[in-house]
Amino acid sequence: MIAVGEKAPNFTLRDQDGEDVSLADYSGRKVLLVFYPMDFSSVCSEQLSIYHEVKPELADKGVEVVGISVDQIHAHKAFQEKLGIDTTLLADFEPKGEVAKAYGSWFEPAGFANRTLVLIDEDGTVAWTYESPTPGEFPGANVIFDALAS
Amino acid sequence: MDLSSAPIPLVGPDDHVRGTGDATVVVYADLGCPHCAGAWAELRERPRLVFRHFPVASKHPRSPALHAAAEAAGAQGRFFEMVDSLYADRGRIDDPHLWERAELLGLDLERFEAERRAEATRMRVRRDFESGIRAGVTGTPAVFPIS
Repeated sequence: MIAVGEKAPNFTLRDQDGEDVSLADYSGRKVLLVFYPMDFSSVCSEQLSIYHEVKPELADKGVEVVGISVDQIHAHKAFQEKLGIDTTLLADFEPKGEVAKAYGSWFEPAGFANRTLVLIDEDGTVAWTYESPTPGEFPGANVIFDALAS
Repeated sequence: MDLSSAPIPLVGPDDHVRGTGDATVVVYADLGCPHCAGAWAELRERPRLVFRHFPVASKHPRSPALHAAAEAAGAQGRFFEMVDSLYADRGRIDDPHLWERAELLGLDLERFEAERRAEATRMRVRRDFESGIRAGVTGTPAVFPIS
């Protein structure tokens, strides 16, 4: 995984509405990148739903949540609607997994992003990372708040 | 609000507790969750059960209303009866169905209606949810045996 203290690699990906989103757009704000394996899987659904429920508390701490997977924008749109969330979902679709690879969040055996979290500071520096023991597990939201408190 | 890690709160006077005995389980459950409904038949038979609210509205849009209804029923002493009713019949969860359930439980409907919409009720549900988040709950039902 990318190391804490490193400059977060910039990227531009399309979101669920087909709009270009760059990491640089979040300059001056904290952003939590949530790399996850795939839309519609049960664990990814649980993870994004739970994080959505604490979105106000994360916003209070100045953190915006952005999901990234290898799914295409139309899948992201349908996934977002199914979950009833408004979290920005970015398509790391082509070249497949390029951003996940740049962040060391790639799970080569399955060809999708590993389940990882990357907190990026206001100045674009990696402030904290978390890698799930397996893609089938995800950290509770408390882990994110622990990181923000430390 | 601090949502950093913390153990589940001790069982207190404000908790919804059914049964007696030393073997206690605390369950964080979502009244809109099919897995919780499936597990409820077993959970409700535990000697001493503590129910805590964990509605995930994005997955189950009616969950906040269902939890508020259970709280409002609880204010009239029928919390677990409402929970049993909701889990037993998951296909009828719109407002008219909640009124019907409240009537069947013999609740004062006007009071039920006012209390299920009260901010204090929403905050009571949210308090449980936040304690579950702090304890690392990532799905429901989340069962914590305590001695």
